[in-house]
Amino acid sequence: MDSSQLFGVTMIAYIVAAAFYIGLFLFKNERVGVVGMALAMAGVGIQTAATGLRWYESYQMGAGHAPLTNMYESLVFFAWCTTIIYLVLEFRFKTRVMGAFVMPCAAVAMAYASFSDRIDDQISPLIPALQSNWLIAHVVTCFIGYGAFAVAGGLGVMYLLKQSASNANDRQPLINALPELKVIDDQTHKTIVFGFMWLSAGIITGAVWANEAWGTYWSWDPKETWSIITWFLYALTLHARFTRGWRGRRIAWLAIVGFLAVFFTYFGVNFFLSGLHSYGSV
Amino acid sequence: MTQQKKNSILSLFASVQLALSLLFLLAATSIIGTLIPQNSPPDFYIERYGFKTAQLLRILDIPDMYNSWWFLGLLALFALNLTICSLERIPQVIRTLRRDGLTVPPAQLAKFPLHRELRLAHAMEAATARVEALFATQGWRARTANLEQGRLLFAERGGWTRFGVYVVHCSILIILAGALVGSSTVARIIGNPKFAFKGSIMLPEGESTNHLIAFKSGEHIDLDFHLRCDAFAIEYYPNGMPKTYRSKVTVIDKGQPVHNADIEVNQPLTYKGVTFYQSSYQPYQNYQVSLKKQGSTAATTAVVATAKQTDWPEAGVSYGIINRESQGEATRRLKIWFTDNQGEPSVFWVNNNQEAIIERPSGTYLLTLRQLYATGLQATKDPGVWLVYLGCLLMLVGLYIAFFLSHRKLYAFIQPDADGCRILFAGEANKNKVGFEDKFSELINTLEK
Repeated sequence: MDSSQLFGVTMIAYIVAAAFYIGLFLFKNERVGVVGMALAMAGVGIQTAATGLRWYESYQMGAGHAPLTNMYESLVFFAWCTTIIYLVLEFRFKTRVMGAFVMPCAAVAMAYASFSDRIDDQISPLIPALQSNWLIAHVVTCFIGYGAFAVAGGLGVMYLLKQSASNANDRQPLINALPELKVIDDQTHKTIVFGFMWLSAGIITGAVWANEAWGTYWSWDPKETWSIITWFLYALTLHARFTRGWRGRRIAWLAIVGFLAVFFTYFGVNFFLSGLHSYGSV
Repeated sequence: MTQQKKNSILSLFASVQLALSLLFLLAATSIIGTLIPQNSPPDFYIERYGFKTAQLLRILDIPDMYNSWWFLGLLALFALNLTICSLERIPQVIRTLRRDGLTVPPAQLAKFPLHRELRLAHAMEAATARVEALFATQGWRARTANLEQGRLLFAERGGWTRFGVYVVHCSILIILAGALVGSSTVARIIGNPKFAFKGSIMLPEGESTNHLIAFKSGEHIDLDFHLRCDAFAIEYYPNGMPKTYRSKVTVIDKGQPVHNADIEVNQPLTYKGVTFYQSSYQPYQNYQVSLKKQGSTAATTAVVATAKQTDWPEAGVSYGIINRESQGEATRRLKIWFTDNQGEPSVFWVNNNQEAIIERPSGTYLLTLRQLYATGLQATKDPGVWLVYLGCLLMLVGLYIAFFLSHRKLYAFIQPDADGCRILFAGEANKNKVGFEDKFSELINTLEK
């Protein structure tokens, strides 16, 4: 058994978990939801083992480093973070149906990492720029933030769906299964707050690392710039809520727009723009 | 300027609307510089966007937009907004904190969203003691006031956490101040380019320098010491990927070598406030030769170029490079011509940096040729970086306080009645209300038991 097989199993677990969560949303069958949760948890467990194994394998190959160094590894790690943050939220707030909006995101990330021709899943040794203890701190903080924002974006979609259905006044049982608007709104906000904290930490660890490696803590390279754009957007969201009393629909939209910015920071920059972060490209 | 006008300008800068607009503008305009390449030569923009557009871009400072007057202006407005906004609100927070909970009329407590009433079969004093003890289990110290209708107990925690958000605002100002201190603009204003700089040094192996060339301006900046590059080396992984770029350097201060160090990517060298980073390298078309005669102590070193004869008179030997094979600018193999003036000269290929053993009538010679490199170092002096780091640390602490800690208040109003007393509990928290509600219920449940 090697790590790539375990990652394959993880991918299947996430995809089936997402299917079951969607099943829970469509058919309102609690048992279906429990299976979804169990699969998501199993997926996280297997992926944790796979990550450890890949780490170990990299040492066996003489290229020892944490598996957080290229697009494949980061996508896989993104799926892991998103699933864990979602599961924690599910346990805390006991609203399982949210999974229908979040788990597909993790499943897609995992499947894309595994199947895309543009992504190389080989373990490769670290180029000099990445040989630093800041690597783990920087990637982990950023990706906890990204994971949280993915969850918040999913919640935003859920909010808008529920609201448009209740506005239309055709009270479908499907929509009734979703949590109260107030609850979704509150969770979206809390998830954004959590993500914002980690994004800030991610940008800061990145700046300290850049200063160690390149002698400049900030050089406005596209990745840095997009991360600060994302930060501005979420800062705006938080201030609009705290001081202008924005709630509900507007926050849901901002959660979605925020996640699009995250997505571009993470993905778009590597595909469309060039810069210092080119080792993240594929 | 009239008082009215002054106030309206002040209130504009204190407003959250301005903050929201600025955050949006900063986010939106920042996108431009990620789409249009920054700091390319002027011709690049003309070629890519046409003459007219390029001219417009230049007028708007787009090719260096993050240092443009309008972007820095936005940042300055943002800083001003943060400052005035915070200064205006902090006194309000202090007033809120000064408000004594014991002055809240007990009749209002029943209107708090979070309140609960219960009866205790205790007399007034005993009930007070129990409530105080209950508060104390959570670390809350209650103060009391005797009122007409009964006794009011009040305790609060975490009032200081209301300042968390201002810690974050302050941290942003500190970071901006740090960036300003470290910028070359400030160095230019105070007329001392050595105060803060970023520049580069291209230093051939074996040579030393005491100055660097500043980025952008291209001016020479003198260092108070010399830096010598003793050697530069690239190591590769078995698959051919670069593993390490390493410069062995010596710091020479007042003519004395004072410090040896290896500079690698992610492992800079700091000396007297100047930090040197490994940033590039340049292969030279010169070679370091070391030549020994086996079985004797005779040895020589030299730096040679191609197609030139070099003599080692002590051993009566001459040699030269007559051909080479390169990959890019890096030499792989060299073709050597070698003679001791006895018989035919030896002509052979040898790999770069590999010892060749040459059997000659006069003896056996060991010859190594190594291509010389120049190491490209970035040299930086940034006296503002500690402010930036301090600001970053403060920001994380401030965010934690602002988001995860709250100001909580507990009230208990005790009124005697026929056979004991009635206690009205009320509580409020400025954040995490749900969590506080649970805590509140839990606390009162323990009293009920």
